[in-house]
Amino acid sequence: MSGFGTLLYKELLRFWKVAFQTIAAPVLTTLLYLLIFAHVMQGQARVYGAVPYSAFLVPGLVMMAVLQNAFANSSSSLIQSKITGNIIFMLLPPLSYWDFFAAYVLASVVRGMVVGAGVLLVSLGFVGLSFEHPLWIIAFAFAGSAILGTLGLIAGIWAEKFDQVAAFQGFVIMPLTFLSGVFYSIHSLPDFWQGLSRFNPFFYMIDGFRYGFFGVSDIDPVLSLVIAGASLLVLTAVTLALLKRGYKLRH
Amino acid sequence: MTPAIQIQQVHKRFGAVQALSGIDLDVAPGEFFGLLGPNGAGKTTLINILAGLVRADRGSVRVMGHDVVADYRESRRALGVVPQELVFDPFFSVRETLRLQSGYFGLKHNDAWIDEVMQHLDLTGKAEANMRSLSGGMKRRVLVAQALVHKPPVIVLDEPTAGVDVELRQGLWEFVRGLNRDGHTIVLTTHYLEEAEALCGRIAMLKQGRIVALDTTSNLINRWDGLYLKLRISGAALPAALAARVRDRRDAVHTLRLRNIGEVEGVLAQVREAGAQLEELELLQPDLEDVFVQIMHMEEGERKGGRDASAFPAPAAPHP
Repeated sequence: MSGFGTLLYKELLRFWKVAFQTIAAPVLTTLLYLLIFAHVMQGQARVYGAVPYSAFLVPGLVMMAVLQNAFANSSSSLIQSKITGNIIFMLLPPLSYWDFFAAYVLASVVRGMVVGAGVLLVSLGFVGLSFEHPLWIIAFAFAGSAILGTLGLIAGIWAEKFDQVAAFQGFVIMPLTFLSGVFYSIHSLPDFWQGLSRFNPFFYMIDGFRYGFFGVSDIDPVLSLVIAGASLLVLTAVTLALLKRGYKLRH
Repeated sequence: MTPAIQIQQVHKRFGAVQALSGIDLDVAPGEFFGLLGPNGAGKTTLINILAGLVRADRGSVRVMGHDVVADYRESRRALGVVPQELVFDPFFSVRETLRLQSGYFGLKHNDAWIDEVMQHLDLTGKAEANMRSLSGGMKRRVLVAQALVHKPPVIVLDEPTAGVDVELRQGLWEFVRGLNRDGHTIVLTTHYLEEAEALCGRIAMLKQGRIVALDTTSNLINRWDGLYLKLRISGAALPAALAARVRDRRDAVHTLRLRNIGEVEGVLAQVREAGAQLEELELLQPDLEDVFVQIMHMEEGERKGGRDASAFPAPAAPHP
């Protein structure tokens, strides 16, 4: 196997070995959201005219699970390696910064997608869903998990302690996710908040992802994909620059 | 012949601390080389620059002719590093750890060599055990094995025997000697000077980021112009005139510093005049520790402006 292939394999093996924590638990947590919100809101809200709230909610929750787990994977793996010192095993071999970046982000994509697929599969037992444009679903899931995997890598590179990663997650990732329209359509928001949501890149990922299911969305999915793609490119450039410099990894 | 390691004018500063100031050093292929110095002298910084973990502010470093920055892939393939800290990845078993490490170097079908390394280091019985379950000594062996998975021609051991029991230390040195006999270049840092003396053909001593001595081990020891006289006396105390010579004392056994063999007569006469009876006498040759202490001390004297007038070092401090 190549250096990159080995690092990717190691990152996959790492979360697979603790799959209860990294896959089963987030699937269960997300399903609890579904159970509670769908129960409370059922019959009270219709979205896009005819879509029942529970059906509207499922793609939002799936995407939320994808994003959060992609972030968790790269950030926690890297900070653990930094704090325990075993990052040295990856810094001594001739791995390039590209290898390093691609392996961590791809493993995050896989973890995000696996958890998302788990949530989706179980949800289908309770909620009827349509799949209008499956390719859009996959494209947005990939872009979203890659963006969050990259953000996780940035957080892991920057942080020196576990609580700094937790702060990044609590003060950046969670607000951006919860305020992105996971639980509501932004058209139900007052104008001010609707305007503000448009500055949140996570909103486009979730809106576009939803389009794949219902064929309806708040924003043109092409625009959403362009915005997600541009975000990914910018974050990738930033991360590669950090890795190339060895920022907080090589002194 | 291309040096195994070539270090030229390397400088490194961490904030206010000048860790290395102008290191020049060549290590020839096949050498067993020692890097000694007190804590904070810059040994680990130098090794980390060699390994690409730290970047030098100035100067160049080559491993087997490959620049550690420009040709980092080749230089890292040529180098195996056993880090000082006892680090491990708690997710994996010993075999997984070694396979992954081998894979990071892009090696395929390396299981035969991994098995061989495990066997040499007595790890075969623990191959499937999780890293967390191993004792400190076993974890240290895995670190050595990890440094060897890609068969590097140059091996650096950064204080590999700190906190390791005697048996493992012996076994480890036997193994490393074997590697050296097979042609590997070895660079060792250690605080156990008797280990360095027994193993290293050549030694560099570092202090405050500078090389203050660089020579073969035997030349370094010969450089020391003194020797020791060990006496057991009875009947009277050691005369006060000899107190300045005492290196250490255990009950009636005194170890005195001498400048040369000619001083033996005078010392014995003084002991006799004091009315003491000579029970036992032994002449001791200096060892690397004496030289180390002397060199570290002389440096300080020079810094204060002029070499110490006395040829004798201050009472030996505990191992730095």
